Amino acid sequence: MDIVSVKNLTKDYGVVKAVQDVSFSIAPGECFGFLGPNGAGKTTVMKIISCFLPPTNGTVAVFDLDVTKQPSAIKARMGVMPQEDNLDPDLNVLENLIVYSRYFDILKKESLPVANELLQFVELQDKDRVNIKALSGGMKRRLMLARALVNSPELMILDEPTTGLDPHSRRAVWDKLNQLKFKNTTLLLTTHYMEEAEQLCDRVAIMDQGKIVTIDSPGNLMSEHSGDLEEVYLKLTGRNLAD
Amino acid sequence: MRIKGAWRVLQRHWTVYTKLYKSSFALNFIEPILYLVAMGMGLGVFVSDINGVPYIKFIGPGIIASSSMFAAVYECTYGTYIRMTFQKTFDAILATPVGIDELVAAELAWAAVKSVMYGITIMVVVALFGLVDSPLLLLTIPVIFFCGLIFAEVSMITAALVPGIDSFSYFYTLFMTPLFLFSGIFFPVETLPKAVAGIAWFTPLYHLVNVCRAFSAGHVSGVVGNIVWIVVVATALAPVPFRLMRRRVIQ
Repeated sequence: MDIVSVKNLTKDYGVVKAVQDVSFSIAPGECFGFLGPNGAGKTTVMKIISCFLPPTNGTVAVFDLDVTKQPSAIKARMGVMPQEDNLDPDLNVLENLIVYSRYFDILKKESLPVANELLQFVELQDKDRVNIKALSGGMKRRLMLARALVNSPELMILDEPTTGLDPHSRRAVWDKLNQLKFKNTTLLLTTHYMEEAEQLCDRVAIMDQGKIVTIDSPGNLMSEHSGDLEEVYLKLTGRNLAD
Repeated sequence: MRIKGAWRVLQRHWTVYTKLYKSSFALNFIEPILYLVAMGMGLGVFVSDINGVPYIKFIGPGIIASSSMFAAVYECTYGTYIRMTFQKTFDAILATPVGIDELVAAELAWAAVKSVMYGITIMVVVALFGLVDSPLLLLTIPVIFFCGLIFAEVSMITAALVPGIDSFSYFYTLFMTPLFLFSGIFFPVETLPKAVAGIAWFTPLYHLVNVCRAFSAGHVSGVVGNIVWIVVVATALAPVPFRLMRRRVIQ
């Protein structure tokens, strides 16, 4: 059974076609990466898979459940780490995890030991009573990673997990994601960093203008196009990253 | 819709409230006291009585109604809007099993609960001023809940439609202020020209003020129509904020 199965997905925002006829599937335990320029439609695909946006056309199934029919059951088994900081600023670090667990019907008795374990995992154990506003960007990202794990998800969706982080923090996040891979958690991520895709992803899909240009393992792509992943990317998306 | 999902969001609001209430709670006491002192004791010297009731006693129950109204309105205008946009709290919650309808239900219910909490607080204040004649005033609590729902619904409709947070000024200036002034808190609306007085009947605050005033004086009859109005409007209006928030949050 595929963890994620997307068939002929289309998403329109009015006249704008954000995603056009996209199909792919993700196997259990796989780390699947989306590469593509800003506005290529990566985040839209992520939001549809995480049951946040309805597809315009096509079918999207997660754990063999339809995203439009059983969003609650899907979301219960999924962890989402979005692009922007949406930690609850009215709560401290530990409370963020406890309150978030509660949305999954995990009550404090159960969630407190898990939360402490997760804070240890993302190395924020000394910050448990700290106000969210006092955290650095890297700490916030790590806390969001911990928060996405409170329900022991089978699938993690990570939208640009390391954008805006310094090299140390980035490597810290990679390290954590590798540990999750090791534990057989399926990972779906978007990134602008080729190194990130090479380090983490078993397969990548390169997206441009709402369409998937190619799907393959980073190794195959590099040997096929005889260049590093960034050169493959630039060649296939036909533009410069800075655009 | 899963009731449990809405309950989890309500729990979140309660957790945050119990953390932060100390900084805002006193303010909610001060404003009504200011009105009672300034209008009741100041203006009240010149206005001897209204329909045989001393002026301060006339406005006391109205202040209960208006305080409970503002509690719900602040919650579902600025509160909801900030959670929806700047804080992205909605996005975070919607990544969990909680759905948008459950989230909206919780926002509305929380605002109505806050209405009741502030209503009760001001009841205590007004009672301490010696302005309550009857324990029947306690019967207004469920009415305040439903009226709080109406204010929450109207506020959330506004929050779903405004392009930016500054636009709430229009809502407050053009809707809330006239409501506050012309709903019979400070003078009986019957003294206004008939056409203007007729408009008051269409506003929720007018009905709540009537109920609070009657119950505070120990009259039960005469306000059945007001209570029915409040319950009917709260129910009829309910689908609108759900529809508009769905449209605003999920494109």
